[in-house]
Amino acid sequence: MEEVIREQDGPSPRLPRIGEPAPPFEAETTLGTIQLEDFKGSWLILFSHPADFTPVCTTEFVAFAKIQDELRKLNTELMGLSIDSIYAHIAWVRNIEERFSVSVSFPVIADLDRKVATLYGMIMPGESRTETSRCVFVIDPNGTLRAMIYYPLTTGRNTDEILRLVKALQTTDEHTVATPANWQPGDSVIVPAPRTQEAAAERLAEGYDCKDWYFCKKSL
Amino acid sequence: MGCIQPDGLLTRCGETMLLAMWNPATAEAVAKECRLPLFRARSAIREFLEARLLEKQGETYFMTAKGVEKLEG
Repeated sequence: MEEVIREQDGPSPRLPRIGEPAPPFEAETTLGTIQLEDFKGSWLILFSHPADFTPVCTTEFVAFAKIQDELRKLNTELMGLSIDSIYAHIAWVRNIEERFSVSVSFPVIADLDRKVATLYGMIMPGESRTETSRCVFVIDPNGTLRAMIYYPLTTGRNTDEILRLVKALQTTDEHTVATPANWQPGDSVIVPAPRTQEAAAERLAEGYDCKDWYFCKKSL
Repeated sequence: MGCIQPDGLLTRCGETMLLAMWNPATAEAVAKECRLPLFRARSAIREFLEARLLEKQGETYFMTAKGVEKLEG
Protein backbone atom coordinates (compact mmCIF):
# COMPACT_ATOMS: atom_id res chain seq x y z
CA MET A 1 0.00 0.00 0.00
CA GLU A 2 2.82 2.42 0.91
CA GLU A 3 4.53 1.72 -2.39
CA VAL A 4 1.30 2.45 -4.26
CA ILE A 5 0.98 5.78 -2.48
CA ARG A 6 4.59 6.65 -3.26
CA GLU A 7 4.21 5.78 -6.94
CA GLN A 8 1.06 7.83 -7.36
CA ASP A 9 2.39 10.90 -5.59
CA GLY A 10 5.80 11.03 -7.17
CA PRO A 11 8.84 12.16 -5.22
CA SER A 12 7.97 13.81 -1.91
CA PRO A 13 8.79 17.51 -1.69
CA ARG A 14 11.28 18.54 0.97
CA LEU A 15 9.30 19.55 4.02
CA PRO A 16 9.96 22.87 5.72
CA ARG A 17 12.12 22.72 8.83
CA ILE A 18 12.17 24.67 12.04
CA GLY A 19 14.89 27.32 12.02
CA GLU A 20 14.96 27.66 8.24
CA PRO A 21 13.35 30.38 6.08
CA ALA A 22 9.65 29.66 5.51
CA PRO A 23 9.10 28.82 1.83
CA PRO A 24 8.01 31.99 -0.01
CA PHE A 25 4.76 32.02 -1.98
CA GLU A 26 2.14 34.21 -3.62
CA ALA A 27 -1.45 33.06 -3.33
CA GLU A 28 -5.03 34.11 -4.03
CA THR A 29 -6.86 34.68 -0.76
CA THR A 30 -10.21 35.96 0.41
CA LEU A 31 -8.50 39.35 0.90
CA GLY A 32 -6.78 39.43 -2.50
CA THR A 33 -3.38 38.26 -3.66
CA ILE A 34 -0.96 37.93 -0.76
CA GLN A 35 2.73 37.09 -0.64
CA LEU A 36 4.44 35.63 2.41
CA GLU A 37 6.74 38.65 2.30
CA ASP A 38 3.77 40.93 3.02
CA PHE A 39 3.94 39.72 6.63
CA LYS A 40 7.57 40.76 7.11
CA GLY A 41 7.87 42.51 10.47
CA SER A 42 5.02 40.59 12.11
CA TRP A 43 4.54 37.03 13.29
CA LEU A 44 2.31 34.83 11.17
CA ILE A 45 0.29 31.74 11.98
CA LEU A 46 -0.30 29.95 8.69
CA PHE A 47 -2.74 27.10 9.18
CA SER A 48 -4.47 24.64 6.91
CA HIS A 49 -7.83 22.92 7.27
CA PRO A 50 -9.20 19.93 5.33
CA ALA A 51 -12.24 21.49 3.67
CA ASP A 52 -14.78 24.30 3.82
CA PHE A 53 -18.31 23.57 5.09
CA THR A 54 -17.21 20.73 7.35
CA PRO A 55 -18.03 20.70 11.06
CA VAL A 56 -14.65 20.37 12.77
CA CYS A 57 -13.13 22.99 10.46
CA THR A 58 -16.01 25.34 11.22
CA THR A 59 -15.39 25.03 14.97
CA GLU A 60 -11.72 25.76 14.32
CA PHE A 61 -12.41 28.84 12.21
CA VAL A 62 -14.70 30.20 14.91
CA ALA A 63 -11.98 29.49 17.50
CA PHE A 64 -9.23 31.10 15.40
CA ALA A 65 -11.38 34.17 14.75
CA LYS A 66 -11.96 34.49 18.49
CA ILE A 67 -8.23 34.67 19.30
CA GLN A 68 -7.44 37.10 16.47
CA ASP A 69 -7.60 40.23 18.65
CA GLU A 70 -5.30 38.70 21.24
CA LEU A 71 -2.90 37.62 18.50
CA ARG A 72 -2.88 41.16 17.09
CA LYS A 73 -1.73 42.42 20.48
CA LEU A 74 1.21 40.04 20.05
CA ASN A 75 1.98 41.47 16.57
CA THR A 76 0.74 38.20 15.08
CA GLU A 77 -1.43 37.69 12.02
CA LEU A 78 -3.48 34.66 10.97
CA MET A 79 -3.87 33.09 7.53
CA GLY A 80 -5.88 29.96 6.68
CA LEU A 81 -5.56 27.59 3.72
CA SER A 82 -7.39 24.72 2.11
CA ILE A 83 -7.70 23.10 -1.28
CA ASP A 84 -10.97 24.86 -2.03
CA SER A 85 -11.96 27.58 -4.48
CA ILE A 86 -12.10 31.23 -3.58
CA TYR A 87 -15.89 31.08 -4.07
CA ALA A 88 -16.21 28.22 -1.56
CA HIS A 89 -14.12 30.20 0.94
CA ILE A 90 -16.26 33.32 0.49
CA ALA A 91 -19.49 31.34 0.87
CA TRP A 92 -18.21 29.51 3.95
CA VAL A 93 -16.92 32.64 5.67
CA ARG A 94 -20.27 34.33 5.01
CA ASN A 95 -22.07 31.26 6.37
CA ILE A 96 -19.96 31.30 9.55
CA GLU A 97 -20.90 34.93 10.07
CA GLU A 98 -24.60 34.16 9.52
CA ARG A 99 -24.81 30.96 11.58
CA PHE A 100 -22.26 31.62 14.33
CA SER A 101 -22.18 35.43 14.45
CA VAL A 102 -18.40 35.34 14.08
CA SER A 103 -16.58 37.50 11.56
CA VAL A 104 -13.60 35.84 9.87
CA SER A 105 -11.42 38.78 8.90
CA PHE A 106 -8.13 36.96 8.33
CA PRO A 107 -7.20 35.88 4.78
CA VAL A 108 -7.86 32.33 3.61
CA ILE A 109 -5.77 30.92 0.75
CA ALA A 110 -7.63 29.18 -2.09
CA ASP A 111 -4.95 26.61 -2.87
CA LEU A 112 -6.70 24.74 -5.66
CA ASP A 113 -3.43 23.97 -7.45
CA ARG A 114 -1.93 22.78 -4.11
CA LYS A 115 1.18 24.87 -4.59
CA VAL A 116 1.38 26.18 -1.02
CA ALA A 117 0.11 22.92 0.49
CA THR A 118 2.87 21.00 -1.30
CA LEU A 119 5.51 23.57 -0.38
CA TYR A 120 4.65 23.21 3.31
CA GLY A 121 3.94 19.47 3.37
CA MET A 122 0.32 19.95 4.36
CA ILE A 123 -1.02 16.93 2.47
CA MET A 124 -0.66 13.56 4.18
CA PRO A 125 -1.47 11.02 1.43
CA GLY A 126 -1.89 8.23 3.98
CA GLU A 127 -4.77 10.19 5.47
CA SER A 128 -6.23 12.01 2.46
CA ARG A 129 -5.03 12.83 -1.04
CA THR A 130 -7.56 15.59 -1.59
CA GLU A 131 -7.47 17.51 1.67
CA THR A 132 -4.84 19.28 3.75
CA SER A 133 -4.31 18.04 7.29
CA ARG A 134 -4.67 20.40 10.24
CA CYS A 135 -1.24 22.03 10.10
CA VAL A 136 0.01 25.11 11.90
CA PHE A 137 3.20 26.98 10.98
CA VAL A 138 4.46 29.78 13.19
CA ILE A 139 6.65 32.16 11.20
CA ASP A 140 8.57 34.97 12.89
CA PRO A 141 8.96 38.60 11.72
CA ASN A 142 12.14 37.70 9.83
CA GLY A 143 10.37 34.96 7.85
CA THR A 144 11.94 32.08 9.78
CA LEU A 145 9.81 29.04 10.51
CA ARG A 146 9.76 28.73 14.29
CA ALA A 147 7.24 25.98 15.06
CA MET A 148 5.05 23.41 13.34
CA ILE A 149 2.03 21.47 14.60
CA TYR A 150 0.31 18.70 12.64
CA TYR A 151 -3.08 17.31 13.66
CA PRO A 152 -5.11 14.63 11.88
CA LEU A 153 -8.41 15.29 10.11
CA THR A 154 -10.45 14.01 13.03
CA THR A 155 -9.05 16.24 15.77
CA GLY A 156 -9.72 19.95 16.12
CA ARG A 157 -6.84 22.10 17.30
CA ASN A 158 -6.51 23.90 20.62
CA THR A 159 -6.21 27.63 19.95
CA ASP A 160 -5.18 28.32 23.55
CA GLU A 161 -2.12 26.18 22.89
CA ILE A 162 -1.36 28.16 19.73
CA LEU A 163 -1.55 31.41 21.72
CA ARG A 164 0.68 29.88 24.39
CA LEU A 165 3.17 28.80 21.73
CA VAL A 166 3.42 32.32 20.26
CA LYS A 167 3.86 33.83 23.73
CA ALA A 168 6.53 31.24 24.58
CA LEU A 169 8.48 31.92 21.36
CA GLN A 170 8.31 35.67 21.90
CA THR A 171 9.45 35.25 25.52
CA THR A 172 12.37 33.14 24.34
CA ASP A 173 13.38 35.82 21.83
CA GLU A 174 13.05 38.66 24.27
CA HIS A 175 14.85 37.09 27.24
CA THR A 176 17.07 34.36 25.70
CA VAL A 177 15.48 31.66 27.83
CA ALA A 178 13.56 28.43 27.26
CA THR A 179 10.10 27.58 28.58
CA PRO A 180 9.31 24.39 30.52
CA ALA A 181 6.45 21.95 29.99
CA ASN A 182 3.02 23.52 30.36
CA TRP A 183 4.58 26.98 30.80
CA GLN A 184 2.17 29.87 30.98
CA PRO A 185 3.01 33.58 30.85
CA GLY A 186 4.11 34.66 34.34
CA ASP A 187 5.63 31.27 35.20
CA SER A 188 9.36 30.82 35.78
CA VAL A 189 11.49 30.16 32.72
CA ILE A 190 14.47 27.90 32.12
CA VAL A 191 17.94 29.41 32.03
CA PRO A 192 19.92 27.80 29.20
CA ALA A 193 22.23 25.14 30.60
CA PRO A 194 25.93 26.01 30.80
CA ARG A 195 28.08 24.58 28.04
CA THR A 196 31.47 24.46 29.70
CA GLN A 197 32.76 22.90 32.92
CA GLU A 198 33.75 26.31 34.21
CA ALA A 199 30.27 27.74 33.57
CA ALA A 200 28.68 24.65 35.17
CA ALA A 201 30.79 25.14 38.30
CA GLU A 202 29.72 28.79 38.49
CA ARG A 203 26.04 28.27 37.72
CA LEU A 204 24.92 27.32 41.23
CA ALA A 205 26.30 30.58 42.61
CA GLU A 206 24.53 32.78 40.07
CA GLY A 207 21.36 33.27 42.11
CA TYR A 208 18.96 31.19 40.03
CA ASP A 209 16.44 28.71 41.40
CA CYS A 210 18.46 25.56 40.65
CA LYS A 211 17.82 21.85 41.17
CA ASP A 212 21.26 21.14 39.78
CA TRP A 213 23.83 22.86 37.57
CA TYR A 214 21.91 21.98 34.37
CA PHE A 215 18.40 22.72 35.69
CA CYS A 216 17.91 26.32 36.74
CA LYS A 217 14.89 28.57 36.55
CA LYS A 218 14.30 32.25 37.03
CA SER A 219 11.37 34.65 37.15
CA LEU A 220 11.07 37.35 34.54
CA MET B 1 -8.26 40.85 -6.25
CA GLY B 2 -8.57 42.61 -2.93
CA CYS B 3 -8.83 46.23 -4.02
CA ILE B 4 -9.80 46.28 -7.69
CA GLN B 5 -12.83 44.30 -8.77
CA PRO B 6 -12.83 42.27 -12.00
CA ASP B 7 -14.88 45.05 -13.65
CA GLY B 8 -12.17 47.58 -12.78
CA LEU B 9 -14.05 49.31 -9.97
CA LEU B 10 -12.35 49.84 -6.64
CA THR B 11 -13.68 47.96 -3.62
CA ARG B 12 -14.59 50.15 -0.67
CA CYS B 13 -11.41 49.10 1.09
CA GLY B 14 -9.42 49.71 -2.10
CA GLU B 15 -10.86 53.20 -2.44
CA THR B 16 -9.98 54.01 1.17
CA MET B 17 -6.43 52.82 0.71
CA LEU B 18 -5.88 54.57 -2.61
CA LEU B 19 -7.29 57.76 -1.15
CA ALA B 20 -4.78 57.44 1.70
CA MET B 21 -2.08 57.70 -0.96
CA TRP B 22 -3.36 60.92 -2.48
CA ASN B 23 -0.18 62.41 -1.09
CA PRO B 24 3.03 60.35 -1.35
CA ALA B 25 3.11 57.76 1.41
CA THR B 26 4.81 54.61 2.63
CA ALA B 27 3.06 51.27 3.17
CA GLU B 28 3.41 51.77 6.92
CA ALA B 29 1.71 55.18 6.76
CA VAL B 30 -1.17 53.81 4.68
CA ALA B 31 -1.71 50.92 7.08
CA LYS B 32 -1.75 53.32 10.00
CA GLU B 33 -4.12 55.79 8.37
CA CYS B 34 -6.54 53.07 7.24
CA ARG B 35 -6.20 51.16 10.53
CA LEU B 36 -5.40 48.00 8.65
CA PRO B 37 -2.61 45.48 9.21
CA LEU B 38 0.57 46.18 7.27
CA PHE B 39 0.20 43.06 5.13
CA ARG B 40 -3.09 44.43 3.76
CA ALA B 41 -1.43 47.70 2.78
CA ARG B 42 1.48 45.91 1.09
CA SER B 43 -0.87 43.64 -0.83
CA ALA B 44 -3.04 46.58 -1.93
CA ILE B 45 -0.04 48.63 -3.01
CA ARG B 46 1.21 45.77 -5.15
CA GLU B 47 -2.19 45.61 -6.83
CA PHE B 48 -2.21 49.38 -7.40
CA LEU B 49 1.31 49.23 -8.84
CA GLU B 50 0.29 46.48 -11.26
CA ALA B 51 -2.71 48.58 -12.35
CA ARG B 52 -0.36 51.59 -12.70
CA LEU B 53 -2.37 53.62 -10.24
CA LEU B 54 0.81 54.15 -8.20
CA GLU B 55 4.52 54.52 -8.80
CA LYS B 56 7.31 53.70 -6.40
CA GLN B 57 10.32 55.80 -5.58
CA GLY B 58 12.42 54.26 -2.83
CA GLU B 59 10.03 53.29 -0.04
CA THR B 60 7.47 55.94 -1.01
CA TYR B 61 4.52 55.54 -3.35
CA PHE B 62 3.16 58.31 -5.57
CA MET B 63 -0.22 58.39 -7.25
CA THR B 64 -0.17 58.45 -11.04
CA ALA B 65 -2.52 60.45 -13.26
CA LYS B 66 -4.37 57.17 -13.81
CA GLY B 67 -4.76 56.80 -10.04
CA VAL B 68 -6.17 60.30 -9.72
CA GLU B 69 -8.55 59.58 -12.58
CA LYS B 70 -9.66 56.36 -10.91
CA LEU B 71 -10.53 58.18 -7.68
CA GLU B 72 -12.17 61.15 -9.34
CA GLY B 73 -14.06 59.10 -11.90
